[in-house]
Parts: sequence; structure tokens; C-alpha cells
Amino acid sequence: MNSDNPGFFDKPENIKRVLRVFYVICALLVALDFFIHRHTYHPLEELYAFYPVYGFVGCVVLVLIAKWMRTFLMRDEDYYENLQPPPEATKTAEENH
Amino acid sequence: MLDFPPFLIFYLAAMLTLVVRSGMARAAIMLVAPFIGAYNLWTMAGTGTVLSMDIAGMELIIFREDKLSLLFGYLFHIAALIAITYSLHVKDRLQQVSSLLYAGSALGAVFAGDLVTLFVFWEMLALTSVFLIWARRTNSAYHSGMRYLLIQILSGLLLLMGIIIYGYQRGSLNFEYIGLDGLSSWLIFLAFGIKCAFPLAHNWLTDAYPESTPTGTVFLSAFTTKVAIYALARAFPGTELLVYIGAAMTCFPIFYAVIENDLRRVLAYSLINQLGFMVVGIGIGTSLAINGAVAHAFNDVIFKGLLFMSMGAVLHVTGRINGSDLGGLYKTMPKTTILCIVGAASISAFPLFSGFVSKSMVMTAAIYNDYPFIWLMLLFASAGVFHHAGIKIPYFAFFAHDSGIRAKEPPTNMLIAMTIAAALCVGIGTYPAALYQLLPFEVSYTAYDATHVLAQLQLLFFSALAFVWLNLRGMYPPELRSTNLDFEWVYRRLAPCGWGFLNSVYATIRDRIEMMIADLVAMLLPTAEKLFSTNGLLSRQVAIGNMVIACLLIFLLLLWL
Repeated sequence: MNSDNPGFFDKPENIKRVLRVFYVICALLVALDFFIHRHTYHPLEELYAFYPVYGFVGCVVLVLIAKWMRTFLMRDEDYYENLQPPPEATKTAEENH
Repeated sequence: MLDFPPFLIFYLAAMLTLVVRSGMARAAIMLVAPFIGAYNLWTMAGTGTVLSMDIAGMELIIFREDKLSLLFGYLFHIAALIAITYSLHVKDRLQQVSSLLYAGSALGAVFAGDLVTLFVFWEMLALTSVFLIWARRTNSAYHSGMRYLLIQILSGLLLLMGIIIYGYQRGSLNFEYIGLDGLSSWLIFLAFGIKCAFPLAHNWLTDAYPESTPTGTVFLSAFTTKVAIYALARAFPGTELLVYIGAAMTCFPIFYAVIENDLRRVLAYSLINQLGFMVVGIGIGTSLAINGAVAHAFNDVIFKGLLFMSMGAVLHVTGRINGSDLGGLYKTMPKTTILCIVGAASISAFPLFSGFVSKSMVMTAAIYNDYPFIWLMLLFASAGVFHHAGIKIPYFAFFAHDSGIRAKEPPTNMLIAMTIAAALCVGIGTYPAALYQLLPFEVSYTAYDATHVLAQLQLLFFSALAFVWLNLRGMYPPELRSTNLDFEWVYRRLAPCGWGFLNSVYATIRDRIEMMIADLVAMLLPTAEKLFSTNGLLSRQVAIGNMVIACLLIFLLLLWL
């Protein structure tokens, strides 16, 4: 493959097309709730569009919490390495023993 | 009929690999070993064969088969074959020998009929696998391997203590149902829990697996944790505590996976998440739940292996694995991209892929057995796993922004290994009966009904919609070069710093005391000099008569008192 050819996803109109198909599928899946009777074991499942809403909200909450966790969990990439002696130092330490 | 204990075939192959000089011959030995092993196992399956060994008057049962151990036995042969194929281009003898020994140890552990044999292979798993981490030959891999080894050995020591007390109390060392009851069982439970990456004991996995070589991680991801799942399923089925531990394991790692930059570390967190589903299944303990747990272990080895292989391929050809450095690789690596997407679809439990037919068993068991909150947590984790493993991994590696890297496809053997794994993912996903007949209990479960399929598709598509929406709004956290603090901080930062602090406190106190003593001496020195000088009080010549009088006076004084 010639690497200088723009890839399929380099064209914004292609991305738009893919997304449009995706939105239609999402809409169809919700609509199917009207036609397919599901066997339910839990009252929550009987709520209309429970699974789509749970999936969407769950993921948004997941990402927002994870983003907030960065504020107090994120450190430099070499955070732990500062404590590790470089290989030479380890070697001499071993030789001394 | 060969009737070899399964581990022995791999150990013999490892010995041969160690001495054979020709690279081609070594590759051939490694490739043939899983086939001979599988044939050997197949001839012994269902015959009730028990192999034992007499060591120092103790009878060790080195092979005992039932449906549970056979399932893991077959699985480990498949995993070994895939991982060996994937690493055929590696000429490093250290990795070749240790990977064969490692696979053999896993087989030894699942067919162990008594706890002593289990302990031996439990430790062998640790000792042989650490070389796959050190084989990366970097400073951080060396340190990471050390931490890995320490924690694994700790697990082994707890197991040994537990076994000694257990044998003393119950008078039997057979490896069967133990159940949480008394000190010995808790020690064994903890030992299993460490290897199973229970919360707070999970960081050895996220620390060491991403530090291993591209091929080493594929071996690592298959064996250690699955042996732990097997051991829990054998010894602690129906232990309710496991339901809560497992649910925690499904949920907390996905937050880390979302913000982690190293894509193999993302997979390590998602491995814990998948283990969580299995642990919940074991905890519920009904036949459906146990079936679901072990079926999911089977599928997880293959699809997680596939994902680790695709990321290993990316690391192999580009030398990079951080999400922040990658992107746009689909243009030059279309095959790897598609294979990775198959793995991603399987782990996300898309219908027609393997994860769907096993994960839904655990979920269904949770709701049947009246754990609604656990069920909601698992549902959240299912959506989350799609988010970070299903979308994030392929998206940041192969799509996202174009990183400008124009890497070629990986070597053919890597592509073949990934294709085998992908074929198994789709094969099991479309024809689950093949897997179901291997499960320990009779299966009366149908994965493909309108209820399951529709619910799962809705969940997944709307999780994807959340990803699209967050990305379009610019709210999705970008990949950043960073380290995220986890529990390991306690022993990688707090403990060394605390130790350093204690040392400095000790040094300060010692210096103070030394100074005080020096001051005291300096203060007393002039007085002492004066007393002992030529005419000083304590060095004067005194007549003996005076001395006698002085002594008498003191004597009388004492008498009077």
C-alpha cells in the first residue's frame, strides 16, 4: 500500500458517513424495544430503553470520573524511576556484597 | 497411550531446547511440544488415570483428571501453541526455555491432585515466568521483575503455611473443596488471591506484564492468573466473599484503563476486569455460574492473548506502545488492525464473538441468584470494558490522529498466531456448543436468544455512542505521557521513602547522641585532668595510717546506719 495515499479516515466526509450509519443503527436498536418482547428477571430491565441509557450514562460517568481521577493520581512518566538506581549503581552495589 | 504427566512433555522440550544448537531444530521442538502434549492428554481424558510419585515416603499425585482440570489442560495447550507460534522469530534461548517451563508448570498445577504438588508448581510458575520479564533486558524490566518475583514468592509462602496447617488439622493433603473456614483456609485463599490479582494485590500484574517482551507478555497473560482461577474454582466455589471481591475487580480497573497511556498496561488492567467476572461466577457457585466462570477463563486466554499479540506486534514493528505516540497505523498494518478488532469485539462480548457466550452466563447467574447490585456493577463493567479495551485499544493504536509512523505488518508467524486466536474467537462465538461440552457441568443455557442479543447490542452501541459524543465534544481525556498512582505507590514510593526517612531519623539521633557524648567528655576533661595531675586530689601520695582511719570511719558510719 502506498503510504502517501490518504487513508479512508483522512477524509472527513467518510467519517461523517460512517457515523451516520452508526447513528441509524443506534436508533434502530432502541426502536426494536417496541417490537421484541424481552424476558426480564429484574424490574429495571422492564424500563423502556434501560440498556441503552445505562450504557450511555455509565460510559460518560466512567470517563468523567477517570478524568477527575487524573487530577490527583497523575504524575510524571518517570515518577518511580527517580527512586531506582541506574544499572551501573546496581552492579557496583552487587559487587560490593 | 503415552500416559505422561502433561507438565513433563513441556519440561522435556525445555531441556531439549536448552541443549540443541540449531535454531530451526529448537523452533521445531517448541512447535511440536503442544501437539504431543495435547495428544497425550486426549488419550488420558476420561479414563480416570491417576499418576503418582513417591518422594521421601510421601505420595504425590501429579496427575488427576476431571472435567475442570481437563478444560484448563486443553486451554493451556492451545494457549502454548498460539504463544509459541507468535514467538517463533525470537532466537533468545532464555525466553524459549523459560516459556516452555512456564507452560509446563501451569499444566502441572492444574493436574495436581494434592496440595504439595500444587505448591511446587505454584512456585515454579513464579520462578520460570520472571525470566520472561527480565528478558526485556531494560533497567525498569529488571526492577519490575524483582517486585513481581517477591510478590509471587509471598503468595507461595502463604500457600505453604496454609498447606502445613491444613494438613495438620485435616490429616489430608488432597486438593479438593476447601471453603473459607479457619486460619489454614484463609492463608490458602490469600495465596490464591494474590495470584488472581485481587484488589490491593493486583499491582504485580499491571507493573510487570507491560514490562515484558512483546512475546513474553502473551505467555504471561495466559497462565498465572488462570491457574489461580482454576484453584479458586476447585477449592472455594460458592464462597460469597468472592462475589464482592470479583465485582470490585470488574469495576475499579476500568477507570485506570481509561487514563492509562501504555496500551499494554491498559490491557493488563482490563485483564483484572475480566478476572473479576470469573471470580464473581466462582463466588455465586451454582453450576451455571461456575460454567460461566471457567468458560470465560477459556475465552479470555484466547481473546486477551489476541489483544496482547496485536499490541505486541505494534511494539515489535514500531518500538512504541504509548497511545500518545501511536495512531493511523491502519493504513500500513490493515491485517493487524482487523485481527485486533476481532479481539476487541470478543472481549467486549459482541454477539457472534467468544466473550458473549461466556460472560452472559455469569451475568445471568448473578441476576438468577438475586444479586441485583452485583448485576448492575457487572453491567457497568461490561459497558466500560467495551469502552477501554474494545474501542480505546484499536482506536488509539490504529486510528485516531495520524502519528506519521508507517510501520510494516509484523512477521508472518505473528500474523498466523493472531489468525488462529481470531478464528477461535469467532468459532466459539458462533458455535458455543463446542466449548459448552467441555464445561464441568451440564449446560442448559442458550446464549443466542432475542433477549440477550438485543440487550447486549443496545448496551454496546450506546457505550460506543458515549465515546463518539465525548470525542466530538472534546471531552475525552487525551492520551498523556504519565504515571497513574495505584496501590503499588505504597511499596514503590511510600515504603522506600518511609525507610529512607526512618534511616535519616536514626542517623540524626545517632549523631546527636555522639555529639552529646563528645560535649560531655570535653566538659569533664579539664576536671579529670586537674584531679589526676601531679598534685591532684586523686593522685596525691597519702600515708597508710590516714587511709586506715578513713576506712574505719566509713565502716563505723555503715554500721551505725
